Amino acid sequence: MPSLFCFGNTKRGACKAAAPECGPLPCRRIEGRGGPYQSGEVVEQLQQLVAEAREGVEGATDLKALDEVRVHYLGKKGALTAQLKELGKLPAEERPAAGQKVNEAKTEVAGLIEARKEALAQSALAEQLAGEQVDVTLPGRRQAEGALHPITQTLERIETFFAGLGFRVAEGPEVEDDFHNFEALNIPEHHPARAMHDTFYFDAHRVLRTHTSPVQIRTMEQERPPLRVIAPGRVYRCDSDLTHSPMFHQVEGLCVDTDITFADLRGVLSAFLQAFFDRDDLATRFRPSYFPFTEPSAEVDIQCVHCGGDGCRVCSHTGWLEVMGCGMVHPNVLGHVGIDAEQYTGFAFGLGVERMAMLRHGVNDLRLFFDNDIRFIGQFGQTG
Amino acid sequence: MRISVQWLQEWLQIDETPEDLGHRLTMAGLELDALEAAAPAFSGVRVGHVVAVEPHPDADRLRVCRVEAGEAEPLTIVCGAPNVHEGMLAPVAVVGAVLPGDFRIKRSKLRGVGSEGMLCSARELGLAEDAEGLMSLPTTLEAGQDLREALGLDDTILEVDLTPNRADCLGMRGIARECSALLDRPLHAPIMQTMDVASDARVSVNIEDPEACPLYAARVLEGLDAKAATPLWMTERLRRAGVRPLSAIVDVTNYVMLELGQPLHAFDAAHTGDRIQVRQGDQGESLTLLGGDQTVKLSPQDLVIAGDDGPLALAGVMGGAASAVGDTTTRVVLECAHFAPRALAGRARAHGLHTDASHRFERGVDPSLVPQAMERASQLLLDICGGQCGPVEQVGETPASHAEQAIILRPDRVQRLLGITLEASEIERILRALDCRIETSQGGWWVHAPRARFDLEREEDLIEELARVHGYDALPQTLPKPVAPATPESGLRSLRNGLARQGFHEVISFSFIARDAASAFYPDVEPLALANPISSDLAVMRPGLWPGLVTTAAYNQARQQSDLRLFEHGLRFVPDASGLRQEPRLAGLLGGRAAPEAWEGEAKKVDFFDAKGVVEGLCERVAGPLGFRAERHPALHDGQSARVLVDGQPIGWVGRLHPALCERFDVEPVYLFDLNAAAVVRAPVAQFTPLSPYPSIRRDLALVVADSVAAGDVLEAIDELDLDLLQDVRLFDVYQGKGLNPEEKSLALGLILRAFDRTLGEQDVAGITDAVVQHLQARFNATLRQ
Repeated sequence: MPSLFCFGNTKRGACKAAAPECGPLPCRRIEGRGGPYQSGEVVEQLQQLVAEAREGVEGATDLKALDEVRVHYLGKKGALTAQLKELGKLPAEERPAAGQKVNEAKTEVAGLIEARKEALAQSALAEQLAGEQVDVTLPGRRQAEGALHPITQTLERIETFFAGLGFRVAEGPEVEDDFHNFEALNIPEHHPARAMHDTFYFDAHRVLRTHTSPVQIRTMEQERPPLRVIAPGRVYRCDSDLTHSPMFHQVEGLCVDTDITFADLRGVLSAFLQAFFDRDDLATRFRPSYFPFTEPSAEVDIQCVHCGGDGCRVCSHTGWLEVMGCGMVHPNVLGHVGIDAEQYTGFAFGLGVERMAMLRHGVNDLRLFFDNDIRFIGQFGQTG
Repeated sequence: MRISVQWLQEWLQIDETPEDLGHRLTMAGLELDALEAAAPAFSGVRVGHVVAVEPHPDADRLRVCRVEAGEAEPLTIVCGAPNVHEGMLAPVAVVGAVLPGDFRIKRSKLRGVGSEGMLCSARELGLAEDAEGLMSLPTTLEAGQDLREALGLDDTILEVDLTPNRADCLGMRGIARECSALLDRPLHAPIMQTMDVASDARVSVNIEDPEACPLYAARVLEGLDAKAATPLWMTERLRRAGVRPLSAIVDVTNYVMLELGQPLHAFDAAHTGDRIQVRQGDQGESLTLLGGDQTVKLSPQDLVIAGDDGPLALAGVMGGAASAVGDTTTRVVLECAHFAPRALAGRARAHGLHTDASHRFERGVDPSLVPQAMERASQLLLDICGGQCGPVEQVGETPASHAEQAIILRPDRVQRLLGITLEASEIERILRALDCRIETSQGGWWVHAPRARFDLEREEDLIEELARVHGYDALPQTLPKPVAPATPESGLRSLRNGLARQGFHEVISFSFIARDAASAFYPDVEPLALANPISSDLAVMRPGLWPGLVTTAAYNQARQQSDLRLFEHGLRFVPDASGLRQEPRLAGLLGGRAAPEAWEGEAKKVDFFDAKGVVEGLCERVAGPLGFRAERHPALHDGQSARVLVDGQPIGWVGRLHPALCERFDVEPVYLFDLNAAAVVRAPVAQFTPLSPYPSIRRDLALVVADSVAAGDVLEAIDELDLDLLQDVRLFDVYQGKGLNPEEKSLALGLILRAFDRTLGEQDVAGITDAVVQHLQARFNATLRQ
């Protein structure tokens, strides 16, 4: 509102000079008053012009008005410029001094304009900033966040550890044949272990794999030792209740070479469990067990991660949690794939991924993994 | 297997606490499941002798009893039990006694008559789940004895989980053998007699299937008193082993099974005839089992014990009701046989049965037990029931066993497998303790495993025994020699992570789905069906991932979560002429808002192009040019459905879920994609192409084409021109409406031109622009918009 501002604070003439709507400034040419031009007069007139210009500059409330002031005083036909032209009327000896005065006046006015320009720019910027102020407490604008399923994250964690020891990931079909799921793993047709597996089957020869162990067989059918592989994936058992899901995930591992021992198995699995649970001092214990495809066989317990071994509901008050099955690859298994059991030895192990994820993340209900509630999955977004 | 420590102590000395013994067994592979007291804590309970029973003056149901309980005078006790009678022995809780549940017995008055204690039932002492009346004690006990002492109730039961290879431990004998090896303590088996044959009653035995039943022994016992009471020590051992005492004859057969591990069966000889046949079942035959509740249909796959009048028992599984012993039985045929695991495997299960006998025979019973168990059971029966026994009719032969084959055991093999050198003396000690016979030979030992150990067949089995008894945790821990790390898979990981960063939640849904869901989404596929599904909702293998995603979306929408971005990676199962294709797919679903709800107002809903944009992102590394072709899919909206193509070959679909399916699966509109994971999961190494130092020029064109012209075809046509200087074409507006005919549309294209060797001039620009316009004019009758 430049006009309001100038009407309230400046003299009418100056206001007219500065504000564009006030029209051009009254021309104050230094006309002769009948007598010869006097340098004293020049000085006086210059002072008056400068004073007027100062008023004009101060009254200019925007850059355009300010420029009009500049043109009026300093332009080619400006009032001060005209003064220079008048110098010729002075006596020659007065000219230099008068010329200097004129130039000084010009410089002064130019300075005033420049300063005003700066001030105007400052206030314009301030106004802009004020106008662009935001409520910084409003929520930030983000993309929706997603997350990998905790089972995937657990699998990746396991894969990463074993990759470091040279174990490569191997995969196989989920609809398996009887040979790879059972026969080749030393589980013949009437073996009691078959009953323990609660197998889903399609027909006499095809089943849903009950473990990822058949991937071991498929690997050994195609490759010769030394072998280090892990087989992560979905497995199926015909069983469903609070603590059993008809589909779950396993990771099986296999290491075959000329010099693999049970001591290696113990070392690798202890290191893995300590790394998985981020606990250098995690106690593990190996108990003899039975699997048709390993001999000797073992189950691996860890000190309960919930109570630290004191005994609690999670570990059924034993202080220990069973987390893995393992053993030295049975010579019959090596024999089925044509690997000489006298020349080579190996170990194999298997673990349930859901159980590992439950223990690591404190999940208390297996079914949550398959309900796929995004509130559940989302909890695993930023963590590992 | 439930092990009474007291019973075990009959076989060897046990100094360990039950906890320590349990731990030792666990660490040897016989996992302790639970420790249980034989009786809950109670005190002040004695053997009471009821010397007088009189009616209560003021209550019909109560009696006033005089009970000798070791005090100077008999106690007066008011009792309401119906079975109380003069002369009986029953537990009596005297004043000051504390019963289970911290129930204190005080002097009291019942309807005006003072009572100095309480006569107890088995349930009140925590010895049975339920009971009718007082617990009747054997008359051999002495009045006033502390009941815990009299019944040996201060005993602990170890409940041990046995792995299927340890059938030898399904009897006290085997457990004792194992403990003797683990504790390095001698075994002293109870003395078992051979019975004198005092009668010539006999049955003949004929085995038709010697492979299934290599050995069958039968003996007739006569003059038995079936109502004789089973001695307390035996009923207590049965009870502690988890077997309900029934009657003396049955109790004896069960007891011998628990003691030695050999199942036996007693038939009432009045119903067997005198010829026993071991044969296959006949089609059409049936057998009503013990208890009379279940009748099984027999087939040639079943092995039966038959008399002249048909089947008497399902061999090795369960006896029949008709020939069961009862209170009036005086003659029995006692069967003690060996059935081959192979012949019995799965047979009980096929009839929905699982018995103590089938559990043992399926896993393997030591055939050399047959004569021993027969004699043991005969002895106990005659001791309890009186009578006399006839000769044993034993047919068949003890089957050949691996145990006759010596197994070589080499110390260097032990070292190679376990990573530790065991002393020869330790090896020999362990093997002998396990009942192996060993002969030293050059380079090792020849080892004969005991017959009961079906699981010891080869060198590795023996090495496991060494490790087991030595203790796994006493073995060292080492790492295999280091090798170069494996490179983790990166293609799928980066796609998954990319999706998660775009707001996608990864889901894992079941690979089996309902048949009608499969046919709703994939009517052209006959899905692979499970023969034994867990429910009709999980009956067929999924032909694709969409049903799982849509179901998951409905689940979340029902929980007020409708801004959904979901994906899944997994196999689909498509049967075809060549068999079954199990293909990894990467599929996803989008629904709700395109951006999170914010304070600026309603965000737009996702649409086809959000889904398509995700697909384009996922396809950045495919092996050829990506294309989309309008094509219908049964599960997708007819007008918003496209095939995804790479190099013209289909790799998947993108589109909007068909509204009919939306309604059927109760979901709000969602968009789906499904891609062949193998096509998109690639991790090619990025190859550098030089950057031009010269500026690019953009020239915008507005072209009018018929509405029916697909924008994709226009872009592809420009691509076909293969213009070197044309770096990129951007479609930045599609306009229909004012200024155009209704059947026309305007496509605004931004052509980005750049050369590698110079700044382009107006001439270059005009040349390219003209070429594009002319080509599109020729192909689509396109005109520049005025």
